[in-house]
Order: sequence, then C-alpha cells, then structure tokens
Amino acid sequence: MAEREQIRRPAPASREQSVEEAPPASERGSDIKAQLDDLLDEIDEVLETNAEDFVKSYIQKGGE
Amino acid sequence: MLASLTGRSGPASPGALSLASVRAVAVPKTLGLETEYGIVHRGAPEPNPISASSLLINAYLIATHQAPEPGRSAVGWDFTDETPGNDARGGAGAGALAPEIETHLVNAVLTNGARYYVDHAHPELSTPECADARSAVVYDRAAELIAARSMEAARMLLPPSEEIVVYKNNSDGKGNSYGCHENYLVSRAVPFSRIVTHATAHFVTRQIFCGAGKMGSETSGMRLDEAGYQISQRADFIEEEVGLETTLKRPIVNTRDEPHADAAKYRRLHVIVGDANMSQVATFLKVGTTALVMALTEDDAVPRELRFAAPVAALRQVSRDLSLREPLELVDGSTITALGAQWELLAAARAYVETRGADAVGGEVAKEVLSRWEAVLGGLERDPTEVAAQIDWVAKLRLLEGFRSRHGLDSQDARLRALDIQYHDLRPAKSLAARAGLETLVDEAEAELAMTEPPPDTRAFFRGRCLQRFAAEVVAANWDSIVFDVGEGSLRRVSMTEPTRGTVAHVGKMFDECGSAIELLRRLGAAGA
Repeated sequence: MAEREQIRRPAPASREQSVEEAPPASERGSDIKAQLDDLLDEIDEVLETNAEDFVKSYIQKGGE
Repeated sequence: MLASLTGRSGPASPGALSLASVRAVAVPKTLGLETEYGIVHRGAPEPNPISASSLLINAYLIATHQAPEPGRSAVGWDFTDETPGNDARGGAGAGALAPEIETHLVNAVLTNGARYYVDHAHPELSTPECADARSAVVYDRAAELIAARSMEAARMLLPPSEEIVVYKNNSDGKGNSYGCHENYLVSRAVPFSRIVTHATAHFVTRQIFCGAGKMGSETSGMRLDEAGYQISQRADFIEEEVGLETTLKRPIVNTRDEPHADAAKYRRLHVIVGDANMSQVATFLKVGTTALVMALTEDDAVPRELRFAAPVAALRQVSRDLSLREPLELVDGSTITALGAQWELLAAARAYVETRGADAVGGEVAKEVLSRWEAVLGGLERDPTEVAAQIDWVAKLRLLEGFRSRHGLDSQDARLRALDIQYHDLRPAKSLAARAGLETLVDEAEAELAMTEPPPDTRAFFRGRCLQRFAAEVVAANWDSIVFDVGEGSLRRVSMTEPTRGTVAHVGKMFDECGSAIELLRRLGAAGA
C-alpha cells in the first residue's frame, strides 16, 4: 500500500519525493478505476433486490 | 462493603516521557463507545423492534453459554447508582426530562466487560472501558462481531422465512435517529464551561473525518432530497448547543453528569453528537482526537477559543459542505473553515504531547493518533478521494457515485438509498462497508478474542474476569460495582469507583490464585483500601 504510506506523512520534504516516485497519474487513475469496478461488481451481486420495498420498510424508532 | 478497587492509582510510570517539562493535570482518558443498532425483523407477520432486539440478544447469550443456567436468574444490570438525570451544569434534572431507565428488558453483562441490552427499540452494546483509542477500535470491532454472531444465533431460533438484521448507522432516512455515544473520563476540577467551549469547536468540525455520510436531509422544513449527500448522519438531529436531552432537542454538548466513578474526582463527558463508524480509522480518530482535545481542555492548553457565532447552524453547514471550504463565522466576526479549525486543534495537540507527554491519552497510541490525524486532514485538503480507504463518508460517496454512473441512475433512485443503508449492514455476506476497501487497524483474531476477553488495562478486566470465573455467584453488575451472593446471607458489593484500578497488573494474580468467589472476596477485603 505504497500510496497510503505517502498519504500518511505529508511532511514537505517527503511530499516532493513521493510525487517523483508515484506512478504517472493516468496509470494510477486506471488502477483505481479497476478497483472500483470490482467493488461495483460485488455491489451488483449483494445489493438488496427489491430496493424500493427495502428502503420503504427500513423504519426505526428514535432511540437513546 | 469492600473498597479495594476504589483507592488511588499508583504513581505514574517514571521515565518513559521524561522530556515532558510541565506536569499534565489531565486524568487518564478511560473511554468507551455505546452503539444503538438499527434492527429489522424480516418476514415477521407483525415485526416489533423491542421483541426482535430481545430475541437477538438472548440468542447470543444462549449460543455463547452466557445465559443463566436453569433455575438461576441472569447476571443482571444493577441500577442502584444510575442517575442519568443529573446535569453537569448543576443540580438534578427535572424528573420529566430525565431519561427513563427500562429495567425490565434484557440487560446482560458479557465476559469481555461489555453491556449488551435493549434500549428503547434497539439492541445496544456498550464497550468495556478502554484505556486508549486503539483498544476502543478493538472493542468496537468486537461489538460488530457480537452483532453478527447474534444474527446467526437468532436465525437458528426463527422460522426459515424470518431473519433479524442489524445495521450500524444512526438514521432511517425518515427522521428517526439512534445514537453512537462516546464517553471520556475528565477531571472534575475543570470548569464545565471550558469543556463546552473546546468540545463544541471539535464536534462542529471533526465530522469531516468521522462523518459516516448520508443521502438526503432529515431536518424539519427541508425536503428529503434537498441536501443531496451530506457528511454526517447526525447533524440533522442536533438542535441545541448544550443540554441534558438525548432523545429530542439533542445538543452538541450533552450535560448528563453521571460519572460512573468517584464523582469528587471525575466527570464522564457523554458525547451524543457523533456517527457510528464502519471505518476503523474513523473510529480511531473520532475517539483519539476527542480524548486529546479533552486532555488539552483539562490542562488549559488550547491557544485560542474557537467560538462559533451559531454552533448548531455551523454543525449543519459543515455536514452539507462537501467542498470543505465554506467559512464558518466566529463570535469575533472572523471566519475559519472546518479544516482550518481541525489543523489548529491538531497543532495544539501536537504541542501538548511534546511538552506534557502523552501519559493521559494512551502514550504511543496518542502519537499514532497525531500522525493519522495529520494525514487525513492533508488528504481531505488536497482531494478527499485520497482518503476513501479511511473515511466513511468519502468511501460511501465513491460507491454511490460509481454505482449511479454505472447504471445511469437518477439521483433519487431507490437503489442508491438501499446502498446507503446497506453500507452499514453487519452481516458479513451483505455488508457494503466490508467491500469498500477500508483500511483496518486491528486483525480479526484480536477482535474475536475481545468478544469474550476483557481489556487488561482498565477496571473492565475485573468485571470480565468475575463473569468468566464466578458468574454463578455474581448477582448483578454495573460500571462501578459488582454484587456477589456467596451464600453468606447478605449480598456483598465490590465497589470499583476508580476506572484505572482492577487491571490485570492489579488483580490478575489474585484471580489466578483464587479458586472461588468467596476466596476472592476475602482477598479483596484483606487488601483493603
């Protein structure tokens, strides 16, 4: 998770370095997109089938 | 009455933070989370959330052998000392406004020191007392696993056409809210007005990293679809700046004054403004930053007071400002953004830890809080999508936008609203948060162990061990005492008014050496106060 490491410490010195080391923006962008596509595939599989009824019947009592 | 867990803590550990040049007055930030879960009883002819919650919890207790044996009553909650109507601003609250205590519903103490019970019409789990933010994440994740296990256990008891499902969110999208409360031990010596000032500054602005995200608006006078997407689940339900209420006219700073500890030394700051988080990093930051802000408050180490001209309006404004750039007006006429306020609090917290040490706020854990706090603010400032693996509202928004564009949906499509709710589903097979690529801080084995094992470093250790070893002799328990019946006629109450006592270091050996509850009580009595 190199990306995350870079985010974790946004100290000015390491920030410049991390820009150099980072893959080109287009490459990184397509990575993230592929990851999101996988997530969306999974959501298509597990999302409640009758969304309208599900949302309508999700009624809670106030709590606390 | 025995008093051996009520005495003073030992001296602070020497050496570790010897650079500290000024002695901190902040008390150790013993903390915990209480989460009310949304509940749905599917396939039930006449669903009733109270009986569904009871069934859910009882199913768990039976499945994990924490239910009472036939002929014995359960280890119940002891309400003797509960005073939720007391107001931190002084005096006992008016009776009509005091929260009602429902003593007749399921109310169990678990072997990990947690309380699992039915509150109003929801299952609620209060974590055991934790010594730092990381421990809070472990026990919050353990609570999710307990909820998942409870659902499985309930399925075994229900007809195949029925299922009880639990959601870790704070609103049904129709104007009904239920809470995820936080608790922090604070010195009684601190003027409450100072707590209000700094807590308000933090609570109005911390949502940018601990908001769980929500479609639509539930503010009266506003159409449901008017707000689009907002950062916080709770902001719509906060109506007052300061107050005792938790179920209506909810305040930013809650004044319930019920320390569950030595009231001469401690307050318990009871926080009701926050969202329940699916992201472990968000929970870590929510709890860790708030513990730091409270320590700063106790030591009067916040360089300037950030007083908003209209705190409630500012809270809602922050929730609706996905740009994170809108200026918020301060009482002196100047403005600051939510990010600006958080950078300022972070700088103050960093300076505090450097000069006074991190003893009161979890030591090394506090340093991780500082570095993650900085990283998340940096990410939010540059481009929120950078923190989609850490921050719930960003993670959920990414899923909503991706799903919407993939299927070419209208912004009010029911499938998007379903996704919003299902993000918080605690069934592993259905949870969307579990599929959102969120970073985790604790491994599952550690969280699984925490379902039954108490934290070693607070009084919860004593409570948990008593339940593990001597459940048959424990009649009742609550946060600051345990009542035993060892067959000697009168009941014996062990008082635990010091949250940092009763740890493994303090009583671990005693448990190893005692074969019975009566022996434990004898040893505790001999140890004296």
